[in-house]
Amino acid sequence: MCLAIPSKIIKIENNMGTIDVDGVKRETSLLLLEDAKVGDYVIVHAGFALHKIDESVARETLQLLKEAAALVDKENADG
Amino acid sequence: MTIKHIEEYRDPEISRAIVDRIKKVSRRKVRLMEVCGTHTMSIFRSGIRALLPETISFLSGPGCPVCVTDQKEIDAFIGLARVDDVIVTTFGDLMRVPGTDSSLQKERANGMDIRIVYSTFDALEIARKNPDKKVVFLGVGFETTAPTIAASIISAKEAKLDNFFVFSAHKIVPPALDALMQTKDVKIDGFILPGHVSVIIGTKAYLPFFGKYKIPCVVAGFEPSDILQPISILVEQIESGNPELINGYPRAVTFDGNGKAQKIMEDVFETVDVVWRGIGVIPKSGLKIRKRFSSFDAEKMIEFSAPESKDPKGCACGEILTGLKIPPECPLYKKLCTPIDPVGPCMVSSEGTCAAYYRYHNG
Ligand code: SF4
Repeated sequence: MCLAIPSKIIKIENNMGTIDVDGVKRETSLLLLEDAKVGDYVIVHAGFALHKIDESVARETLQLLKEAAALVDKENADG
Repeated sequence: MTIKHIEEYRDPEISRAIVDRIKKVSRRKVRLMEVCGTHTMSIFRSGIRALLPETISFLSGPGCPVCVTDQKEIDAFIGLARVDDVIVTTFGDLMRVPGTDSSLQKERANGMDIRIVYSTFDALEIARKNPDKKVVFLGVGFETTAPTIAASIISAKEAKLDNFFVFSAHKIVPPALDALMQTKDVKIDGFILPGHVSVIIGTKAYLPFFGKYKIPCVVAGFEPSDILQPISILVEQIESGNPELINGYPRAVTFDGNGKAQKIMEDVFETVDVVWRGIGVIPKSGLKIRKRFSSFDAEKMIEFSAPESKDPKGCACGEILTGLKIPPECPLYKKLCTPIDPVGPCMVSSEGTCAAYYRYHNG
């Protein structure tokens, strides 16, 4: 039941957002979010946006994952 | 660089590196429980089981909402659908769950008005268009779903819709973790905690549980590296004997969770003791509609009769939901019970463990 895919808000009107899910437009309620803006990526479940993805945290996570991967590669190379 | 929050976490290089790390660290045999049905599916689909060393095995937990719904409730849903002026609305995955003598799908084939909706807004719309009918939404789900249903009740109240009702069979996750730890013979070394339930409740909601049992717990997302990284953290914690509660999905989950959703849920629902299939009564684990909103409560406002409930004979869903068995250990698995002709709910729901095994597991 959980649609894990984050979607981008492309329009907001009266607490309803239009999101882009892989090129398909869908309506989602923004009633459960504090401050959604156009351009935000949100996690949507059963027609409601539940969370706004924190872009800076996401970048940090990716950076950490990449660094960890590089470290493992280096360890492997060093034997 | 724009990030789309999907592809980046499917990078095979990153996955491979995490798997290497796990292989290096893992010595002991460990049993990790993925509580959430969506994790069960993602772990199978992404082929993670095959990549990991044999020391690691997975148990699927009670996190498939349809699967843990008590047979009595399924029968009540069917009873409601049989009431003359009722239109039942539901998410699709409930349709085929076998009740004691029927299913919603069979009832629909028999002419009952049962409609699959994508969100509760669709159910509200149906209520608006059918003022002479009672429109009931079947509320099944965890903390991810419950606030959306609560919001629909508040919307119905604001719009003065008096023919919209909810049957709330919602459940919450932390009390179930506690119940699992108390179940006899259950052996779990670490928990992969549900990502989207945690979006709502925040990691803080697990603090009492973690404080009590000091068992490794990591919240995980759903893409391959979102799952592998938490597994790696769990294995390291188990090997080093240092259990921690970690947020392994920080782009979506915060310590406090979604306060607005928590408040709406709290306004509309109260926690009560309810039965989970296979587990029994878990104290304060169910969400029922508060008195203040009782005019929207289908259980209070609509009279219906349901058949006397009996659990499906021979079905081991209960043991599967607590990690005591895996599907191939059920005598009916693949023989009498298949996704086309399911005996128990674990074979029906796309998140059900039996359905996941049937689809992805050879043997
Ligand atoms: S295989 Fe079918 S009968 Fe056996 S536990 Fe799973 S759902 Fe129940």
